[in-house]
Amino acid sequence: MDIKAYIASGILELYVYGSLSEKENAEVYQVLQKYPEAIAEVERIEQSLQQLSGALAPEQSDHLFSKIESKISLENSTVIPIGQKRNNWTTYIGWAASVALLIGLFSQVNKNRVLRDKIVKNQIEQQLLEGKINVAEEDLSNTKAILSVLRNKDILQVPLQPQQVDPNAYAAVYWDKENEKAYIDVAGLPTPPPGKVYQVWSLKLNPLTPTSLGTLDTFTENDTKIFSLANPNDSEAFGITLEPEGGSASPTLEMLYTLGTVTS
Amino acid sequence: MQPTELIIALQNKNQAALKRIYDMYSANVYGIVFNILKDETLSEEVVQDVFVKIWNNSSSYSEKKGRFFTWILNIARNAAIDKTRSKNFKNSSQNLTVDYFVDILEDKTNFSSKIDSIGIKKYIETLEPLCKKVIDLLFFKGFTQKETSEELDIPLGTVKTRNRICIDKLKQVLEI
Repeated sequence: MDIKAYIASGILELYVYGSLSEKENAEVYQVLQKYPEAIAEVERIEQSLQQLSGALAPEQSDHLFSKIESKISLENSTVIPIGQKRNNWTTYIGWAASVALLIGLFSQVNKNRVLRDKIVKNQIEQQLLEGKINVAEEDLSNTKAILSVLRNKDILQVPLQPQQVDPNAYAAVYWDKENEKAYIDVAGLPTPPPGKVYQVWSLKLNPLTPTSLGTLDTFTENDTKIFSLANPNDSEAFGITLEPEGGSASPTLEMLYTLGTVTS
Repeated sequence: MQPTELIIALQNKNQAALKRIYDMYSANVYGIVFNILKDETLSEEVVQDVFVKIWNNSSSYSEKKGRFFTWILNIARNAAIDKTRSKNFKNSSQNLTVDYFVDILEDKTNFSSKIDSIGIKKYIETLEPLCKKVIDLLFFKGFTQKETSEELDIPLGTVKTRNRICIDKLKQVLEI
């Protein structure tokens, strides 16, 4: 590049004036980086323009800069509070948002806990209901079994009559000879006192020979009050006595509650 | 001279740097502004605004975009032109008689010690009328070459070379 011609073109004066386009400015800047004589020329132009424009200035009042200083510090001191206010604003909003978020989260957690509690309660309830259903089904099947026994024509029905101990007591035995099973219905017997248990006997009459069919240990628990006992004996009569817990080897006849003979 | 160190200090909000920049350029700013407004009170207001802007916008200056002097020049011109649209200016400008910077300089007797007043006086005495107009539009008013060529009705290519001649003379007279 012919730098002298470049300088002589007058572009550097326009560069200092600020009347070039941005693109032209960038080009001049590139040239200035390469050619020290171009920079020197720019400095000269600038210096002469400073003289020219400075010559135009009226006499400056002494306090002009202090006015500028006070404007700057005023702007600074007003800018800072505004900034702080804005900061406060954003801080407030920020805090408010976090508080709202926390409240939201807390209520969600709370809701969640309540729902969990509900689920647990519901599960417990469901288990209880399932249990009840199981019990009911069991009861139903028991009752059905009992019913089917009662309806079976092959079953021997033996009513047991009240004895001296308790004139209101009664019971019945449904004896399935074929399957060697005896169903004892004791719904008419009073609840045995603590430490006592009913014992069921199969009797041979001549001579009187009692054989224990078993004790009714679950008298209180059994709602149907019908007990199924094995009876492989050739029974002629059935009796129920109140015996000490665990049962006795032979019936205590003073505590004979009911007695009935098989009529076949 | 490009006061690189001072510019950096200014951009770091060093108030002492602003004071030194003020000392270096306040007369130029005042001269440019006064040439546009031709009112001392209004001009002093604008000079204050210009240096507040220099302070506040210092970070926007980059050497790649141009000379620091040019950057200040632009702020000064724009601030002064803004002021011409104000009510205060319209009231005060009714008594204006001078058109060019030359008219101001011709009447002027008191110059700052920094100014080569003899050289300046000598310069404007010998300056061609076209130079006066070209410098006034391009330098003081910030016109583009195209605007200047249209305003003065001279070919676009002539603006740049003519201006070069006008400024060369200034350098010669001032022995710069």
